[in-house]
Amino acid sequence: MKNKAKVFRPTAFAFPYLAVTIVFVVVPLLLILVYALRGADGSFTIDNFIKVFTDPDIVRQMGQTIGIAALSTAICLLIAYPVAYILASSPFNKMAILSLLFIIPMWINFMLRIFALHSVLSTLGMQKGLAEAVIGLVYDFFPYMLLPIYTVLVNMDKSYVEASRDLGANPATTFFKVTLPLSLPGVVSGVSMMFMPVFSSYSVTMMMGDMNSNVIGAKIAKLFEQGNYGYGSALSFVLLVLVIGVMLLGNLISGTSDKAPKGAKK
Amino acid sequence: MKKFSSALWLIVRWIVLIIVLIAVYLPLIMIIAYSFSTARDVGGEFGTPTFALYAQLFNNEKLLSATYNTLIIGLVSAFLATVLGTTASVGIHYMRQKVKPIVEASSQITVVNAEIVTAMGFFLLMLIIREVVTIPEGFSLIWLIIAHTVITMPYVMLTVSPRLKQLNPNLLEASMDLGAGPMRSLFTVMLPQLFGAMISGFALAFTLSLDDFVITKINAGSEIETISTYVYSGIRHTLKEDIRALSTIIFVLVLAILIVTNVIKNKKEKQR
Repeated sequence: MKNKAKVFRPTAFAFPYLAVTIVFVVVPLLLILVYALRGADGSFTIDNFIKVFTDPDIVRQMGQTIGIAALSTAICLLIAYPVAYILASSPFNKMAILSLLFIIPMWINFMLRIFALHSVLSTLGMQKGLAEAVIGLVYDFFPYMLLPIYTVLVNMDKSYVEASRDLGANPATTFFKVTLPLSLPGVVSGVSMMFMPVFSSYSVTMMMGDMNSNVIGAKIAKLFEQGNYGYGSALSFVLLVLVIGVMLLGNLISGTSDKAPKGAKK
Repeated sequence: MKKFSSALWLIVRWIVLIIVLIAVYLPLIMIIAYSFSTARDVGGEFGTPTFALYAQLFNNEKLLSATYNTLIIGLVSAFLATVLGTTASVGIHYMRQKVKPIVEASSQITVVNAEIVTAMGFFLLMLIIREVVTIPEGFSLIWLIIAHTVITMPYVMLTVSPRLKQLNPNLLEASMDLGAGPMRSLFTVMLPQLFGAMISGFALAFTLSLDDFVITKINAGSEIETISTYVYSGIRHTLKEDIRALSTIIFVLVLAILIVTNVIKNKKEKQR
């Protein structure tokens, strides 16, 4: 009885984690803001932010980055969705090894996979360019797109599909009215798992593309290499705000689609 | 008629899967095949099969040290991330409802944030630290381990927390009712039940650390080479053929580990 009266709360276990998070996550983000708002002489200024929004170079690169990220994410989704759908359908859903085969590359160092793809593409006579960069991104992120969609589809309650068929809907209607909306949370998490990293990373684009497919991540890295911390920090901060915005948007979409099947159950 | 169309549908589905599988595995298989050839490029004249590239690999000091760094950073940071992530999950699990969501959200910052922004944050922090104290030489490795621990820790929490919520709280209470102290109960009752999730968390943290390029490049790019930075900087000109041998070793290792773990998992499920 005594033990139950005294509620056991070992919250102190989280303290090391909290200390690490404050020092190595929160402080660095604040530092980025501080550097972004500091002029060359150390005084307060918003010049760096003005420069970010008025530099035509940045606007062009931002557009290019969003374009590359959106295009490669769309292509990856168009390939991964059918594959996930097939893997989740019978008789394939009983072959565990088959879906594993598609996911395995996820565990291989991505740089080595890109190197492998690069070798094969150059054998086929392809040069460095935008198309190659997009192929590289699609290849790289395919398992990350496939896995969440497959997980949702394979765990989906099949009785919804059967009910739709019993009520006279043809396969196409059933797919668009039942399966697709129910799999939307998987699609959203797959898309956000790919779009965000592609938007901010630059390694694949730099390795597979030419210098013209210069993306915003590479720009930030270059600014810091040149010691231009103020401008680089302002650009980083804008990227941070953008990412948070996209994230909230994604949550909103998956949040509304989450509600649909719950309502249907009632 | 209906039987015919469903057979056709099955064939179409097989064809789609096989085409995508070929696209996924062709590059990997080509690399494995050409690791036994000394041709300058993949797709070149194969010549007689040879282990020359493997011999070359074990004499390539730079690549060996990159592999060593990758493994050390990965193992140490994954271990630290598992310890910190698991203790954090347990602590957060018992937090009051008002504080809990805030702390949980804090763990998502690095997951959501762009890698390049996180990398820049670490870079600026190092800049400030350097102004205050003199950093000993060779600190880069430790700094990278810290950075990798911080970025992989949330993923351990993402694997451990759901398991924690599934646990039966009565077991812990029973243990304490029977006279075991809270600490002893945690270590002998709760920890064994979390072990599986901790292993998955460790594996996830390790893979993420191996994959990292941006954080490593920006924070220690000039001093410490990992496999990722080695391949990145070399892919344009200087990459030697022996990288194919290293790739093959890694592919085969990953494949072996995955197959073994899956066989064990299936056996366990069958025993139930």
